[in-house]
Amino acid sequence: MRATVWSGRNKVQVENVPDPKILNERDAIVKISSTAICGSDLHLYDGYIPAMRKGDILGHEFMGEIVETGRGVSNLKVGDRVVVPFPIACGHCNACARGLFSVCENSNPNASMAEKMFGDATSGIFGYSHLTGGYAGGQAEYARVPFADVGPIKVDSGLEDEQVLFLSDVFPTGWMGAEMCNIQPGDVIAVWGCGPVGQFAIASAYLLGAERVIAIDRFEYRLKMAREKAGAETINYEQQPVREALREMTGGRGPDHCIDSVGMEAHHHNPGMYAYDRVKQATRMESERGYALREAILNCRSGGTVSIAGVYGGFMDKFPIGAVMNRSLTIKTGQCHVQRYLRPLLERIENGDIDPSFIVTHRMSLDEAPNGYETFKHKQDECVKVVLKP
Amino acid sequence: MTAISKTTNGGPPRENLAKGLGIFSFALGIPQILAPGRVNRLIGVRDDATTRMVMRAVGAREITAGVGIFSQRRPTAWLWARVAGDTMDLALLGAALRGKSRHPGRTLAATGAVAGAFAADLVDGLKLSRGEAPAADQPQPSSMHLKAATTVRRDRDELYAFWRDFERFPTFMAHLAEVTSTGSGRSHWNAKGPLGMNVEWDAEITEDVPGERIAWRSLEGARVDNSGSVRFVEAPGDQGTEVHIELRYDIPGGSVGSLLAKLLGEEPAMQIKDDLRRFKQIVEAGEIARSDGAPEGQLNKRQLKPRPAHPLPDDKLAAVANGGGTS
Repeated sequence: MRATVWSGRNKVQVENVPDPKILNERDAIVKISSTAICGSDLHLYDGYIPAMRKGDILGHEFMGEIVETGRGVSNLKVGDRVVVPFPIACGHCNACARGLFSVCENSNPNASMAEKMFGDATSGIFGYSHLTGGYAGGQAEYARVPFADVGPIKVDSGLEDEQVLFLSDVFPTGWMGAEMCNIQPGDVIAVWGCGPVGQFAIASAYLLGAERVIAIDRFEYRLKMAREKAGAETINYEQQPVREALREMTGGRGPDHCIDSVGMEAHHHNPGMYAYDRVKQATRMESERGYALREAILNCRSGGTVSIAGVYGGFMDKFPIGAVMNRSLTIKTGQCHVQRYLRPLLERIENGDIDPSFIVTHRMSLDEAPNGYETFKHKQDECVKVVLKP
Repeated sequence: MTAISKTTNGGPPRENLAKGLGIFSFALGIPQILAPGRVNRLIGVRDDATTRMVMRAVGAREITAGVGIFSQRRPTAWLWARVAGDTMDLALLGAALRGKSRHPGRTLAATGAVAGAFAADLVDGLKLSRGEAPAADQPQPSSMHLKAATTVRRDRDELYAFWRDFERFPTFMAHLAEVTSTGSGRSHWNAKGPLGMNVEWDAEITEDVPGERIAWRSLEGARVDNSGSVRFVEAPGDQGTEVHIELRYDIPGGSVGSLLAKLLGEEPAMQIKDDLRRFKQIVEAGEIARSDGAPEGQLNKRQLKPRPAHPLPDDKLAAVANGGGTS
């Protein structure tokens, strides 16, 4: 089959690889109809996530049709149309029982590697380094889906691929980012980053009852999408100082809760500051450029929640723990426990509460994946989301 | 998830040379006491009441040194006692040679033998005194004590039943090739050792408390003396059962073997952790999680060199399915 493989920093290519096979009874094989490039794939592309190997198939946002099932999969049959959640979860351990699917205790065969890095293991994730299990990803024609009896959600309704594809990651990730804020009536939410997760965090915050949502980015086309499609008020941090703008917009209170949907490769408007962390990150003196998170913490109203939806991989310098402690802030975070949200969010889509396809800006064939990565990374051609069609 | 602790003891060194010298003490001392006249004639010295008394005294000293060497964890002091005794013997033999020896040749030979023993005693005494450590070129077994724990979302009785069936161990203990029950609490174990060397032994259950605890140990004749136990403790708050495992074994090749195994990723501390993870996976998830990068499932040595995360070709897949194919 054809698959998008990582072959080094800033290098992906579409290659012929063997077709996936059923390895375990609870496996299924999915023939992929649509797959997307995620912002977190860019962290792999840029070489900031450790434990990648040349030849790793990328991609953790995909959907398609079941073409084979293992003996242990009784809820799915050949021909079913499914969306596959990016965390791989067994469904039976204590973490899964508590709904914490992205920290499933059984699905990462490289658990001890992850334990060395993070203190304890995370779940397996499709196409996301050997730290999260070394699973082949879904930017390919086919994918093997482990624990298929608890992961994939069937989509029978007449919805288009692009309306349901983002149930695999970015919609639930943005949703969980907003949910972690425990939004109450009257709350003002600030969202750093207007990529796909940021767009869904904004939309979700409104669905969860936020009074107002303020979005922060530097790309006008992304801010425009946040305003027009997700309904946010916006701040372009290259044009106005964020702190003053937020204070002004909230009557001096600051946002009640803040969502970081930027993650480890943040950008800073001050070239000196940006260069400082850029150099430290490139020389592996720190693994994160934490401007967005630092700014979210420093601007959050006392007693509020800073919710981290963006991906971080290791260690950040100058983390303002003093602000967190002394101003009674709460930090909540986690890789999204997608399985928890599939059903309720599919219902939201079916109800017409939201149509997630609004984020799609680019559609390409699978063979154009390398071009898709470049376009997305450099935000060329007003790119927000690339969907690949195998 | 999995907690682990490990202690390694150097253990009392075997001190082979010291033991040999201890045996030598007995072999010499017993005839010296029981038949001093014959010994006198054998070494060619005058045989009378005085020399027999001296010979008996020397014999008593030899036996005391032998008992000392065998009964002490650190026989160094007794080796030095032997060195002193040898010096005395050499002095006596020297006197015999200077005086009237009936068979000077025999006395000379006896002097040579005592000189040899003196040298051996001196070398060993020095070696053991120097930090009381055995020589580096003599690998000694080291006893390793490992502890690990995990929590499994199942009740104690179910986990006990799973663990009580020793024949299932190879499904989650990757280093075991086969365990066969041989009846009445006994079993035969076949393990894959480092560098592909198979090790086999018999074991017996030493404690069996249903739902709570199982302990076993290897029977005499095992090349790797080992014992183990597993305890099942109810976890708080409806989380299932805490499984506490303890293993103790002597690693062949001692510290050198242990280092070698570590380099090959087969160090016992890693194995026990991998094993517990696989055990938990089988019981909770019903199968061992396998990926394209780690097709065998949790295996520490695979993590040192993962495969690329893309599907295996058919021939390699078959090798993994057959339990081989770790390259």
